[in-house]
Amino acid sequence: MQEVKNPANTRVVVGMSGGVDSSVAAYLLKKQGYDVIGIFMKNWDDTDENGVCTATEDYDDVIKVCNQIGIPYYAVNFEKQYWDKVFTYFLEEYKAGRTPNPDVMCNKEIKFKAFLEHAISLGADYLATGHYAQVKEIDGETQLLRGLDNNKDQTYFLNQLSQEQLSKVMFPIGHLEKKLVREIASEAGLATATKKDSTGICFIGERNFKEFLSQYLPAQPGNMVTMDGEKMGRHDGLMYYTIGQRHGLGIGGAGDPWFVLGKNLEKNELLVGQNIHHEALFSDQLTAVNMSFTTTKPLDTIFSCTAKFRYRQEDVQVKVELTPSNGAIISFAEPVRAITPGQAVVLYDGDVCLGGGTIDEVMKQGKKLTYVG
Amino acid sequence: MNKIYLDHAATSPVHPIVIEKMVQSMNRIYGNPSSIHSIGRDARKELDQSREILAKSIGAKEQEIILTAGGTEADNLAIFGTAYARKNEGNHIITSQIEHHAVLHACQKLEKDGFEVTYLPVNENGVISIDDVKKALRDDTILVTLIFGNNEVGTLQPIKEIGDLLKDHLASFHTDAVQAYGLVPLSVDELHVDLLSVSSHKINGPKGIGFLFQKKGTKLSPQLFGGQQEKKRRAGTENVPATIAFAEAVKISEQTIVEKVETYKQFKETMIEILKNEEIQFKLNGHEKFALPHILNISFPHTDVESLLVNLDMEGLAVSSGSACTAGSIDPSHVLVAMYGEKAEELRNSIRFSFGYGLTIQDIEEAAKKTAKVVKRLVK
Repeated sequence: MQEVKNPANTRVVVGMSGGVDSSVAAYLLKKQGYDVIGIFMKNWDDTDENGVCTATEDYDDVIKVCNQIGIPYYAVNFEKQYWDKVFTYFLEEYKAGRTPNPDVMCNKEIKFKAFLEHAISLGADYLATGHYAQVKEIDGETQLLRGLDNNKDQTYFLNQLSQEQLSKVMFPIGHLEKKLVREIASEAGLATATKKDSTGICFIGERNFKEFLSQYLPAQPGNMVTMDGEKMGRHDGLMYYTIGQRHGLGIGGAGDPWFVLGKNLEKNELLVGQNIHHEALFSDQLTAVNMSFTTTKPLDTIFSCTAKFRYRQEDVQVKVELTPSNGAIISFAEPVRAITPGQAVVLYDGDVCLGGGTIDEVMKQGKKLTYVG
Repeated sequence: MNKIYLDHAATSPVHPIVIEKMVQSMNRIYGNPSSIHSIGRDARKELDQSREILAKSIGAKEQEIILTAGGTEADNLAIFGTAYARKNEGNHIITSQIEHHAVLHACQKLEKDGFEVTYLPVNENGVISIDDVKKALRDDTILVTLIFGNNEVGTLQPIKEIGDLLKDHLASFHTDAVQAYGLVPLSVDELHVDLLSVSSHKINGPKGIGFLFQKKGTKLSPQLFGGQQEKKRRAGTENVPATIAFAEAVKISEQTIVEKVETYKQFKETMIEILKNEEIQFKLNGHEKFALPHILNISFPHTDVESLLVNLDMEGLAVSSGSACTAGSIDPSHVLVAMYGEKAEELRNSIRFSFGYGLTIQDIEEAAKKTAKVVKRLVK
């Protein structure tokens, strides 16, 4: 579809964050002759007591880059939608003892929904972002493909996008290595060429995660115990810990380091154990909810493919069995370490991202690991 | 594409005669008006002539004009200057919820510094009630500061009536007349105001110049320190070329005031008529009669302001809404909040069109039609 229209008559709204990736995305589209509009999305009010907010600095960078490229720029505020759709979910999941992935939800509900609708209301044919992912049209369908830079591939976060959403999306830097993206930005003299990549969850930024979460959820300290029930110390609140985590446990003494193995919500206990490869961390099956697929073509009820259970993990060979109400049972021959409920399970057929869901329960040899949620 | 500028309340294009005058003045004089030599005296002479024009424009005397770097500085000087000059007499200040941020944020700062501030409400047309002023007035009220004509919805306040009311009260009375200046004849004697702020760039003068009228005898503590300029009320070398240009803009404005008011009235009517003919659903924000002639604030139900603004910009129409907040997105207008409450849909779908120099009736017709086209497309 993208080839059909003349770029000059094709309006593309680029979601600009003030980072180098979206800057280069806008720059490349403009060079290809598209009718490009840069829009900055403000999803979170992080104004501090001095009235300073990082969004202002980021927007200033968007302004600079858009003026360099020669495209109009605007801003749009989705703070309310973000709060309702993403942040509320984020807190609910933590309350339920899980580790949510707000970026997946943000892409599904904000960037490629509310923002896409906004772009369309401005007469845009496409919405472009600086994600490391690719879309390709095959047999009348838009496929979501991994970004060329394997180290940067972001399809994990885009797994919930529907065919309808994907058909209106462009990823102008998905076929590039990150290094090249920076080079293009430098060569073009873009103001963001050497700007540091943002890290962490967008609304927390580089702040202390514990401190941030404690502003919204009451923390209930409790005991840290081994799988045999031996008390090893105190924890600050179960929500602060993730399965497989090593740092921040504060269990001193000699011997192997300690890891989070699971949580007992009823007793408010954090289960810990020594050894990075502790057997309690391993599982061979999981159930997923909210399964969503990038294609509209019907899938077999049972099929094989590869999967990722966390961002940047190596693909694992899996067998998928679709269950009613958008569920799935996903099994893998080789046990996998530290599968975490709340995170996304994302399915691939080669380079095609098929879709994914949210990890709900984790099993080993047919038995549910109740301690991981 | 024909670009149509409908944001004259934000700032206005500089009149060509004003530009000429300013460039000429920069070529001709460059001295410091405070210098004792002839080159300085040349500058002083022209500065004084300009100051006289500015003073006369509101029926004031030359000594009552303090040149500032614009409306915001004039407002700040009036508010902080009064508060600190009179803090021994009282601690209370009265303002309204629909002031320009130059007043509102200054008052909020004073609140933090220990002053007590009453923010008067408005009715749904954006008008302050004189009764509310009476009720709010206390023995320790040292300042009443109220906007003359609102910059967002155009509503005029009963400044003269409030001026009369305050005649026998100790409080200084300040009005921010930035938006009204040049479109409503202002006489400080009739209004009974002690302080009045004005800005040049709203009336086709250059940016960076304005003044505060300070009635003789009104206490004011300076906010800038340094030289002896402006009778020690505002230090800093005077911006002579900008003042000369400002005075020229005032002259032109005075000569054309009747014509302007008539033209903008016609613009408003034309715009409204076309929107009606196009069968657009809309509602006017503000007061039908008691309003500035050049501001038309319209609510378009079932649209979203962020989409509207961008779409209109892409059609070549420069309009605005509320005030841009941090990071460029639109904050709900505090003026509309005061008029309709926090939850009103007008907060999310209102646009300000403001008229000024250079616009023709054809521009207005085109703008109205383009607006209708965009609104039709966006209505959900």
